[in-house]
Amino acid sequence: MQTTALEKIFVKGNEAVAMAALEAGCRCYFGYPITPQSDIPEYLSRELPGLGGEFIQAESEIGAINMVLGASATGARVMTSSSGPGISLKQEGISYMAGSELPGVIVDIMRAGPGLGGIDASQADYFQATRGGGHGGYRIIVLAPASVQEMYDLTMLAFDLSDIYRMPAMVLADSVIGQMKESVVPNPRPQTLLPPKEWVVRGRSAGEPQNVVKSLYLGDGEMEAFHWKMQARYQELADAECRWEEFQTADAELIVTAFGSTSRIAKTAIAMAREAGMKVGLMRPITLFPFPKKAYAQLSERCKLFLDIELSTGQMIDDVRLSVARDADVAFYGRPPGAGSLPTPEELFEQIKKNYRASA
Amino acid sequence: MKQVFTRPESLKDVSTHFCPGCHHGSVHRLVAEALDEFGIRSETIGVASVGCSVFLYGYFDIDVIEAPHGRAPAVATGAKRARPDRIVFTYQGDGDLAAIGMSEIIHAANRGEDITVIFVNNTTYGMTGGQMAPTTLPGQKTSTSPYGRDTSKDGSPFKMAELLSNLDGVAFSARVALNSPKNVLQAKKMIKTAFRYQVEKKGFSFIEALSACPTNWGMNPIDANQRVADEMIPYFPLGVYRNTANL
Amino acid sequence: MPYIKIDEMRCKGCGLCTIACPKKLVALSDTPNSMGFTVAVFSGPEQCTGCSLCAEMCPDVAISVFKE
Repeated sequence: MQTTALEKIFVKGNEAVAMAALEAGCRCYFGYPITPQSDIPEYLSRELPGLGGEFIQAESEIGAINMVLGASATGARVMTSSSGPGISLKQEGISYMAGSELPGVIVDIMRAGPGLGGIDASQADYFQATRGGGHGGYRIIVLAPASVQEMYDLTMLAFDLSDIYRMPAMVLADSVIGQMKESVVPNPRPQTLLPPKEWVVRGRSAGEPQNVVKSLYLGDGEMEAFHWKMQARYQELADAECRWEEFQTADAELIVTAFGSTSRIAKTAIAMAREAGMKVGLMRPITLFPFPKKAYAQLSERCKLFLDIELSTGQMIDDVRLSVARDADVAFYGRPPGAGSLPTPEELFEQIKKNYRASA
Repeated sequence: MKQVFTRPESLKDVSTHFCPGCHHGSVHRLVAEALDEFGIRSETIGVASVGCSVFLYGYFDIDVIEAPHGRAPAVATGAKRARPDRIVFTYQGDGDLAAIGMSEIIHAANRGEDITVIFVNNTTYGMTGGQMAPTTLPGQKTSTSPYGRDTSKDGSPFKMAELLSNLDGVAFSARVALNSPKNVLQAKKMIKTAFRYQVEKKGFSFIEALSACPTNWGMNPIDANQRVADEMIPYFPLGVYRNTANL
Repeated sequence: MPYIKIDEMRCKGCGLCTIACPKKLVALSDTPNSMGFTVAVFSGPEQCTGCSLCAEMCPDVAISVFKE
C-alpha cells in the first residue's frame, strides 16, 4: 500500500506488524493460525501474492519455523508469527537458526495458558523469549512494543538488527497490543547500512567457496570458539543497540518499571500519582535483549526505589535486580495472566502509594 | 586408454564415514552423477538431515543447509520458494523422513513443492545404534524391538513410495535398490528421472532407495546385501508408483 | 585390454565388487590397509571387459575403469 509518510492510518497492532514487514522488504512469510495473532498470516495471505511474495500456511508451527530457516539460508528476509504455545513448538527451529547465525523475524503475541482457549494478555513468556527457550546456550534479539506505532517501527527494526547481527529477532507483544487499534504513521523503511550476505547458500559455481549453513561444530575447540564468538556479538549488541523509554524519571522518588501493555496502564497510574503530589516516573525497556542494564544502573544512582509490574509472577524483575545499584530496592506487583487479571490504573496507583516513600 | 568410470565431480574425493557395505555411498554417487549430467551443480542447494546422512556437505561439493531432524522438506520448501531458480533436494533416512518428519514430508509432497526428496530406507535407525524404525519389517529384531517388530503393537512398516504416490501433489514416486549391478543401474536411471522432474519444472519427485545397514543388522556386507534382496524387496517392491509426466 | 584400478585409500573391503564382477576378477586380499580394511584386489587384466559393474556396485567410488 502506498501512503505518504505523513498520512496516518488507523490499524490493529497485528496489522501494523504485517505492514511493516512488507515495508521492510520481507517477501516470505510462513506461519500458522493461533489466536491472538492470526491477523498477521491473514493480512499477508492477502498482500504477498500481489507483491510476488511467498505465503504458506504451514502444516504446523514446526513446519513454519523450518521454512523460515530454509528461506533465510538463501538470504531472503523472512518472518513467522505465533503465540506462546506455538513459540514452544518453534524452539528447536529457533535454536538451529541461532546456532547457524541466521537472520529472521519471529513475532510472539503472548496469551495466557496452554493454548486451548484462554487468550488473555500475558507477559509470562518473558523467560521463554529472552532466555532462549531452545537448547544450545544462545540468545535472540527481543523487542517489546507498547503501542501500535511501535509494533510497526520495531518490526522494521527487527529485520535490520537481525540482518546486521546475524541472529533471529523477536517482536514480543501481547493480545491487547496485538488486537488494539491506534493511529500509525507508516514510516518508510529506514536507510540502514546492511552488511552483504556473503554466507548464503546460492549454488556454488566453479572457483567459489562452498557455503554451508549449519550449527554443527565437531572439531577440537570449534564449538567452544563459536560460543565465545557469539558472546562477543551479544556484548556488541548490548553496547550499541539498547533502547528504552524514560518517562518523568528526572525527579522521581519511585520509578515504575514495566514493558508492553503494563507500561501503558502504569502511565495512567503515574499521572494519578503525580496529581496526588508524588514524584513517580516510568522506566520502560524496549529491547528486552539486550536488556538496557546501564540505563537502569544510571537511574538507580539517584533513585533508590523501583516498582516492577508485570503480567506474571515476576520474570523481568530478575533482569531489573541484576541491573540496578546494590542499594536500590526493587518492589514487585504482579498479576499473573488469565481471565480477569488485567490490572486497572487505580489498582496500580494503590501499589504506587503502598510503596512510595518521599526522600527525607 | 581412457577412463570410462570416474568419480562424479559433484562428489568430493574424500573417505566417507559410512560403514563397509552401506549403500549410502552408492546413493550419494548416483545423486552426484545426476547433478553432473544435468550440469546443475552450481545451481543446487542440498538440505542435509539427521542420521548417517548428516555429513552431506562433507561429501557433496555443493551449498548445503543443515536441517533439524525430520524438517528437511520444510527447510527445502523455504529455500525453493525463496529461490525458485535453484535446484533443491533433501536427503533423508527412515527415522528422519517417516517418523519425526512424517508431517513435513506429507505436506511438502501434498503442496507439490518443486523439490526432489531422496529417502534412504534401511529398516533401522543407523546413526543411533540400530533401533526400530517406521520401516522395520514385521518380526525384525532391533535394539528397541528385541522380540521382533509386533505389528499388533507397533503397526506395520510404512511403504513411503506408495503412500506418497496417492497424493495429487506428487509428480514422481519410485522405489529402487542398490543390491546388484542391475538394480544400481536402474536406480541411476530413476534418480536421474527424479532430478529431471525438477529441472523441467514438472513437480515434486521422490526416490525411496532400499539400503543395507550391515553394522546394525549384525551382518557382514555380503549377507546384508543379500537381505535386501531376500527380505526387503519382497516387502517393498521396486518400481515406479507415480509418473505424471511419463518421463 | 580394459582394466580397473582400486584406490586402497578409499576401499573398505566390503566385498560388494567381488559379487558384482561377472567373471570373478576381484577378490578381497588378506592384508589390511592402513585403515585396517582388507582391500579388494584385481586379478584379471586379460579377461576384464571394462563392463564397470564392479565400479557401479562400489559404495565408496574406489574403482576406476579404463578401456580403449
